[in-house]
Amino acid sequence: MTAIIALSLFGISNLFLGFWFPRKVLQVLTLLFLAIGMGLTAIDWNHELLWFGNMFRTTNTSINFSLIIQLAAFLVVALSKAFGADDEHTHPAEYYAIMLFSVVGAIIMVSFDHMIMLFVGLEILSVAMYVLTGSDKRNLKSNEAALKYFLMGAFATGILLFGITLVYGATKSFYTSNLANIIAATAPESMPSFLYIGVLLMIVGLLFKVSAAPFHFWTPDVYEGAPTIFTMFMSTVVKTAGFAAIYHILSGVFGGIYSTWVFPIYFISMLTLLIGNVTAAYQQSIKRMLAYSSISHAGYMLMTVNAKQISSTSTILYYSLSYTLATVAAFAVLIIVSEYQTGRKEKPEDYSSFEGLAKNNPGLAFCMTISLLSLAGIPLTAGFWGKFFIFSDSFSRNVIYPVILAILMSAVGIYYYFKGIIAMYFKNGDIDRIEVPLLFKIALWFCTVATLALGVYPNIVKNLF
Amino acid sequence: MQSIPDIIRTIPLTHYILLSSALFCIGILGVLTRRNAIIVFMAIELMLNAVNLLLAAFSSYYSDSSGQIFVFFIMAVAAAEVAVGLAIIVMIYRNIQSIDIGILNKLKN
Repeated sequence: MTAIIALSLFGISNLFLGFWFPRKVLQVLTLLFLAIGMGLTAIDWNHELLWFGNMFRTTNTSINFSLIIQLAAFLVVALSKAFGADDEHTHPAEYYAIMLFSVVGAIIMVSFDHMIMLFVGLEILSVAMYVLTGSDKRNLKSNEAALKYFLMGAFATGILLFGITLVYGATKSFYTSNLANIIAATAPESMPSFLYIGVLLMIVGLLFKVSAAPFHFWTPDVYEGAPTIFTMFMSTVVKTAGFAAIYHILSGVFGGIYSTWVFPIYFISMLTLLIGNVTAAYQQSIKRMLAYSSISHAGYMLMTVNAKQISSTSTILYYSLSYTLATVAAFAVLIIVSEYQTGRKEKPEDYSSFEGLAKNNPGLAFCMTISLLSLAGIPLTAGFWGKFFIFSDSFSRNVIYPVILAILMSAVGIYYYFKGIIAMYFKNGDIDRIEVPLLFKIALWFCTVATLALGVYPNIVKNLF
Repeated sequence: MQSIPDIIRTIPLTHYILLSSALFCIGILGVLTRRNAIIVFMAIELMLNAVNLLLAAFSSYYSDSSGQIFVFFIMAVAAAEVAVGLAIIVMIYRNIQSIDIGILNKLKN
């Protein structure tokens, strides 16, 4: 819990440090801050405590989610290069500070025990992301992405709030632990019917944030328009925090009224898988393909959020971690390659700009290959075990049809992920050796090695959770 | 001299729920149909105000202050959101001299 206070203070001090220090120093300082934040988060391990007037609960699950979020932020900061053309006219301190603030929001969102905390955490995270999405001020695509993200985000927040209000009207409480007790203690007939409407509206509001299928239409545009480094941040931090919140709400708070939401969730998860994977197969741009791939991964994760088993907590944590590592690595290589191709190709983010990457840059091509294999779920990578745990969890609950669809859809996934690998290894192109900064290289290889290590020994992490 | 919660309770709770739902639906319709960014923005605020009204009504019906405290949080956060949102709209206006969201279709393939 002290981590959120510390990170907020670090964020503010970062703004002031920006007066005196160049970007490289700030980057190292921000990494240091996030490392301290992770340390402070880990201190609470095995101490289940309530904070801030019982509104904030630290459990081992929430600590694990907070650690994954901070690890993702740590990697994104390590992979950040100059924002914009030159450091003179951009203000790197502000970007790093806003990233720290949004991490605070994400941590609040994974450990809430009161609806105010859920709302405030979600808004801290979202408002920070609106700013980062539109940070490329003169680029019309970035502007458009920011406006779309802002309007859709505010709309989703309104729906979530209306849901919270109806649930409050039915149960007279905002505390999630109270809510679960009240719902369990009251007979279903004597519950006002707007409780169920409220629960569904809350779920819809949160599904907007994690871009599940009927509510996903903003995702590809926003992910494509935002600067790639912030797309990376969005698709890892926001998604993990959103799923942690959905998981907490569904399996914890509203576990008692399982029958209200379980079929809508299955339906949405199947629709998400279908739309995400099939549309991704048609994309020309790798960035857009990764956006659709993040939609489809939301479908896989939705299959497991509704389980009330003990094992599903570790499954969703494992999946978040493997997805985070693979996505960060894929976007990192995309940043390097598209920066090199800018000016040389008309569309530097397309598959075609990866052609022949393996010839002079075997390291980059290898990292990209491993991360794409992990996203596709090929054995010996972390992504395989993530999918394996989800499918076996679902089978043990007798959920058959969504799993069959998910297996079919991961076969579709192999097609579009392999298109990138084929472009790198089997097509001819003229890419010279690309210079990569040291910190960038370390973070990239860390993701790759971690993906492989988790793929060979999944139990080192799975048992920890 | 009646106190304000008593006055609020003279109207049945169902009426508040219906009024708020109606306001909320008007807000949703506004978001989905209007093309001017500022008007869309106002529609979103209308949705939030429907929520505030309903929270205040529930709160005084149940004599429980936490609903009204939530209203303060919503108002404060909405103000922060407005600040960022208007900044985004100003940024767009500087680039294209328009705030019609129909013009923004560069990202659609």
